[in-house]
Amino acid sequence: MNDRIQEKEKTILTGSIQVVVNGRPVAVPPGSVVAAAIALAGITQFRRSVSGLPRGPFCGMGVCMECCVTIDGQANSRSCLTLCANRMDIRTDE
Amino acid sequence: MSHPYDVIIIGAGIVGAACAMECARSGLRTLVLDRSFPGGGTTAAGMGHIVVMDDSPAQFALTNYSRNLWIELRLALPRDVEYDACGTLWLAANEEEMAEARRKQKYYEERGLRVELLDATEVARLEPNLRAGLAGGILVTGDAVVYPPRATHFFLEQARLLGATIRTGVIVKTVLPDGTAQLADGTRITGGRLVNAAGSWSPELMPGLPVRKRKGHLVITNRAPGFVRRQIVELGYLKSAHSSDASSVAFNIQPRVTGQMLIGSSRQFDVEDGAVDHVILDRMLRRATEYLPGLTSLLAIRSWTGQRAATPDKLPLIGPSLASDRVWLATGHEGLGITTSLGTARLLADLLSGREPEISATPFLPDRFARGAGNHE
Amino acid sequence: MNESLFQFEIVIVGAGPAGLAAACAAAECGRRVAVIDSTPRPGGQIWRGQPRHSSSEARFWIERFHRSGVTWLEETSVVAASGNWLLAEHRNRPRKIGWEKLILATGARELFLPFPGWTLPGVFGPGGLLGMVKNGWPIAGKKVVVAGTGPLLLAAALGLKQHGAKIMLLAEQAAAAQVRGLALNLLCYPRKLIQGAVIKAQLAGIPQRCAAWPVRAFGHDHVESVELTDGRERWMEACDVLACGYHLTPNLELPRLMRCAMAEGFVKVDDWQSTSVATVYCAGELTGIGGADAALIEGQIAGYAAAGEPDSARALFSRRASAHGFRRALARAFALRPEVKALATDETLLCRCEDVTWGRVKSFGNWREAKLLTRCGMGTCQGRICGSAAKVILGWENESVNPPVFPARINSLLEPLKM
Repeated sequence: MNDRIQEKEKTILTGSIQVVVNGRPVAVPPGSVVAAAIALAGITQFRRSVSGLPRGPFCGMGVCMECCVTIDGQANSRSCLTLCANRMDIRTDE
Repeated sequence: MSHPYDVIIIGAGIVGAACAMECARSGLRTLVLDRSFPGGGTTAAGMGHIVVMDDSPAQFALTNYSRNLWIELRLALPRDVEYDACGTLWLAANEEEMAEARRKQKYYEERGLRVELLDATEVARLEPNLRAGLAGGILVTGDAVVYPPRATHFFLEQARLLGATIRTGVIVKTVLPDGTAQLADGTRITGGRLVNAAGSWSPELMPGLPVRKRKGHLVITNRAPGFVRRQIVELGYLKSAHSSDASSVAFNIQPRVTGQMLIGSSRQFDVEDGAVDHVILDRMLRRATEYLPGLTSLLAIRSWTGQRAATPDKLPLIGPSLASDRVWLATGHEGLGITTSLGTARLLADLLSGREPEISATPFLPDRFARGAGNHE
Repeated sequence: MNESLFQFEIVIVGAGPAGLAAACAAAECGRRVAVIDSTPRPGGQIWRGQPRHSSSEARFWIERFHRSGVTWLEETSVVAASGNWLLAEHRNRPRKIGWEKLILATGARELFLPFPGWTLPGVFGPGGLLGMVKNGWPIAGKKVVVAGTGPLLLAAALGLKQHGAKIMLLAEQAAAAQVRGLALNLLCYPRKLIQGAVIKAQLAGIPQRCAAWPVRAFGHDHVESVELTDGRERWMEACDVLACGYHLTPNLELPRLMRCAMAEGFVKVDDWQSTSVATVYCAGELTGIGGADAALIEGQIAGYAAAGEPDSARALFSRRASAHGFRRALARAFALRPEVKALATDETLLCRCEDVTWGRVKSFGNWREAKLLTRCGMGTCQGRICGSAAKVILGWENESVNPPVFPARINSLLEPLKM
């Protein structure tokens, strides 16, 4: 619980959240979803389809599962719905 | 008396479809009737495991015969049938199960099958995601997995090419001793022989058949390629399969070629409702996670149920029914329908054509229950 | 909160306008209420994003919700239901939520119809894109084409423009006369008329066309341009983003899992918003696509009814009738022309999860057979995208719903439900 309060205070102080996308740090405004962080990192292809075609977020609301990336080690996490948190580790299918 | 068809097969599940293929190949004028689309019933719900089993000498004979037929056929199967000769890894969790593993290995090897006995280290090497502390197991090479709806489709295509007629969306209400099928729309079709291959629905056509529904659950995950490399079954499965009326679960997992994991299995007698039962699902998944702790973080995307057709002695009914020599049976395959579809089809076609079958048909003849020759639970 | 076992008098699934209104109504009557949604903040899809960007209506209801004492179970996806329990997943762990009365307000998702190039990155649903933009997706300076059908196109175009997007074109497939019919209807609904006028003013500067629709998206790894037609001529629009959706379809999975009776593709409810299943109520887009107004009214009625306050519910019946009139006008205005159901070629993908082409699927007679034999609908979205399209284009009824309603970690299926 203490960790969470500290993270919140950090956000208030700096006004932004620091995440890591494919090993590179990205700063995003509070209330940003993971998909936004990935887009801000300049990545348009989030993953590949079963036959290898490039894919990115589509429905934007957690239904199509096209935006799935690995968040803090959990594969198949919907980036369009998940809010960024400090030090979150985000990996796309590179 | 002349009929347009020598044989009318009711039910285009994998068993009915295989029977159609073999009957047509034997030169019998064949008609197949299905109330919906082929392979849409229990066939679609099952695991697609081609496995040799030794609950009884007859079961071994049929599964072994049938598995060999699959192996012969494998090169002709289209890719979408997804035939994968991954083998079966039977797991022993303790010394008691390890003794059973040794017995099973000896039994199979005496009958010419290649079976490797594995210790705990070897099992861990083959399947790194299994938990530590297992006793060992056996690897039955030659076992395989397929995708049943596509296999059914392939068998029917072969049947069609060999001259069979297939009619879907046709509901049969009853069968009469003279070989007449009475349809729901009021019409009748008569064949030289009628074959009831309606699986868990076969008693609806012929009340009194010794076939009971045995419900099973399955869960499929999202893609996790390599999580397991072959079909894995716990040797404790046999206790579950043997259990009488209580509900039971056993650990069973299959990798699909897509990389999705298919997880089973459960057994419940006489539950008509096909709804997923969360209590059973919980038990089944817990059992699976006891063997594969990493399973907890895989993504489940769907669960479903199916109804196996179970007979009192765990052997299918293949041959003339008690009711009449014109009405035959090819049903009651319980959890081995995929495996024994080809063997059943050959037996049936041989018997119908008056040929000597390649294995003894006696243990599967329906009149064994009248004779009292069947092994009742 | 990270607890896993809960018990409430009234549980509401969905934190959009209908769910929030139901929650406020029930809680203000003194009941113990919880709202569940898979999103991190209340508001559903239509009220996504930071409070400072929201409409006054959204702020009103969200603040009222926060003051009401309702328990807010965020990031909680309902996975299964059994008896009086919901099994859900919260941050990859199971949650079990018991209820005496249940209100389903799971809203709607956008309807997508396949066309060549629709799977390229940079092609989004208009509403979903706006939702993501409100949650930080960078759109400023980007050239956007908005296309398809429905009032969401207008809302998306305006919202994206407010966030700095350059809207190159808003193409509505409905004919002008159809949409004008809606405008005439607005005369009967003063509030809507005001909204309409405001919208019209804000839309100045956005090129608009009726009776026009996209036929193909071009690009290598990302959309670069879109070809549109009005049935006579074809032309290209260069763009960075294509937002294309065909109005809304209700999220019926949970009501169907619970065996609620349906009517004409929506959940059937009585005057009290009660479904065919005793103690289960339904409000909002699940009963008909009517927008936030109908959702707020139906939500309140359901909340009062579930809380045992029929008089308060009855007081809203005439407003609901009015909102339903607008709902019918909406359906007429944005009816789909046959051309937009026929854009896919045999090579166009229908099932995005399994990469199954339209050509392979269309030859079957029903959804289940197509699914079993092609894998269409067997992927992670479980047919939500392709199945909804197949239903509209081919008239196929989808099969029964099984748990998990949404993909869930095996871990989250391990909580047994009491029967």
